[in-house]
Amino acid sequence: MGIYDLLIIGGGPAGLAAGIYGARARLKTVILEKGSPGGQAATTEELENYPGFPGGTTGPGLMKAMAEHARDFGADIKKEEVVDINLSGETKVVVTKSGTEYRARALVLASGAHPRSLNIKGEKDFIGKGVSYCATCDADFFEDLDVVVVGSGDAAVEEAIYLTKFASKVSMIVIHDQGILDCNKLSAERAFSNPKIHWIWSSVLEEVKGDGIVEKVAIKNLKTGKLSEIETNGVFFFVGTVPNTGFLQDEVVLDEKGYIITNERMETSAPGVYAVGDARVKYLRQVVTAAADGAVAAVAAERYLAEEEFLKKQVLDFAGVVITVFWSPMNEDSIAAVACLEKVVQELGDNIKLVKIDVSRSEMTNKRYHVTSIPAVLFFVNGEVVARSSGEITASDVKEQIEALNKYTRGLSHC
Amino acid sequence: MLAVDKENFEAEVLQHQGIVVVDFWSQKCEPCKAIMPEVEELATKYESKAKFCKLDTGGNRRLAISQKVLGLPTIVFYKDGEKVAEFSKEFSMEEVENKLQELI
Ligand SMILES: Cc1cc2nc3c(=O)[nH]c(=O)nc-3n(C[C@H](O)[C@H](O)[C@H](O)COP(=O)(O)OP(=O)(O)OC[C@H]3O[C@@H](n4cnc5c(N)ncnc54)[C@H](O)[C@@H]3O)c2cc1C
Repeated sequence: MGIYDLLIIGGGPAGLAAGIYGARARLKTVILEKGSPGGQAATTEELENYPGFPGGTTGPGLMKAMAEHARDFGADIKKEEVVDINLSGETKVVVTKSGTEYRARALVLASGAHPRSLNIKGEKDFIGKGVSYCATCDADFFEDLDVVVVGSGDAAVEEAIYLTKFASKVSMIVIHDQGILDCNKLSAERAFSNPKIHWIWSSVLEEVKGDGIVEKVAIKNLKTGKLSEIETNGVFFFVGTVPNTGFLQDEVVLDEKGYIITNERMETSAPGVYAVGDARVKYLRQVVTAAADGAVAAVAAERYLAEEEFLKKQVLDFAGVVITVFWSPMNEDSIAAVACLEKVVQELGDNIKLVKIDVSRSEMTNKRYHVTSIPAVLFFVNGEVVARSSGEITASDVKEQIEALNKYTRGLSHC
Repeated sequence: MLAVDKENFEAEVLQHQGIVVVDFWSQKCEPCKAIMPEVEELATKYESKAKFCKLDTGGNRRLAISQKVLGLPTIVFYKDGEKVAEFSKEFSMEEVENKLQELI
């Protein structure tokens, strides 16, 4: 199957956007998605805040378009569930449940999040029998029936409003005092003025009950401690999400809740591995920010791959001594150093090569070789740094160094 | 796979002697559509051993609820007209196939 340039784990908005940018940059790109592309965004029917769609669009509709967009540029989307990754070798290895091993030079972790369950009594038993985490998927079962929604954030309130198109009554169980919701103001206003929504404040769900399908729920009022039961046909949970990062083991650094830690370029703790969307530590988890992360990561990965390739071809694989000079067209001293080295290398002949590295375009290389000031000169033999100097570079110093290295390399070939 | 609905469910599923596998799905359910090809594959593989049906819950909502199905995707196993096993929401085709082998 060959080695991919960019392998993306997860086909939600973050992964698909990374796929669009990656494939468009002519990287050989594959997206591994365990279900159908679209992620959580495909589970919400009314998507009102994705820019460019006044009047709103649908989650499944937008996600279908994103998947098609990625495929159009040449990204391959495969139905595979990733169970393990291994970053110890030169290429990164991704293992799937079907037993296939994929190899790639850069990875984007876009595995998103899944709905948090409260693990209350009955919740698990009635999944598919009235308990649901996806209004789009299951709403039409509840036409003219009663449902309960647990939660008070954006997703809970917006999905409750959507459910009123089907259900005859939607009861919101809110943990906060009367009138307090965790969602945006617009959605709150709409929900408050919706006659089908009924509010149960200062309360938590205690148990889901029924015979084969959901029939009622037990609710506890936190102020009075009183338990009460209400009859209902369905229970929708929107109480936050949990990152899908279990398969990563200890390969990249996570925070205490399991979210992947990145910098603003989406770089994780492992070189060439990026994380995007809901799976990473971030301030706002939405479709638009997920897509934005994907774009950033794909561009960062593209630069990383270009640098890697340059370094490998020009420096690491060269048989002989390579003098690398780290410079910048903005820095006079470094320009002088380049000029001086070009002369020296001309004099010294064939098996010595000069490679100029512009520090403004080689952050990965700077970091890997700890170059913090310019000009800096690093001498490589067989892919390893054998000497370095920085500050003022003189022809005689360089010649001396080469002399020493030649002795050293000759010495090597003797033994 | 045989499409069943409120008209023929009784005859094709509940009156059938032997194993019937019913795939509950709907036009709106993306995960259902994603697994459909794999269910079709199983249907071909076990053609002689079990009967495979699909039920579009759109238009057959009451029937689905009567079978205590209130969420998708759901796959239900019947044996001689009795519900004997079911999978709903998060399940793999591997689990479905294992259950099938256990029943036949
Ligand atoms: C009910 C609800 C309503 C919402 N409403 C809005 C809204 O109106 N506006 C808005 O902007 N945002 C909304 N959001 C948030 C938005 O959906 C998410 O922020 C966004 O989908 C995150 O994208 P993602 O690509 O990071 O992750 P996800 O969408 O979670 O996608 C991750 C994908 O990775 C796959 N995956 C996971 N693990 C693996 C693995 N091991 N191997 C292979 N594949 C794997 C999953 O199957 C999934 O498809 C809503 C969310 C919910 C739940």
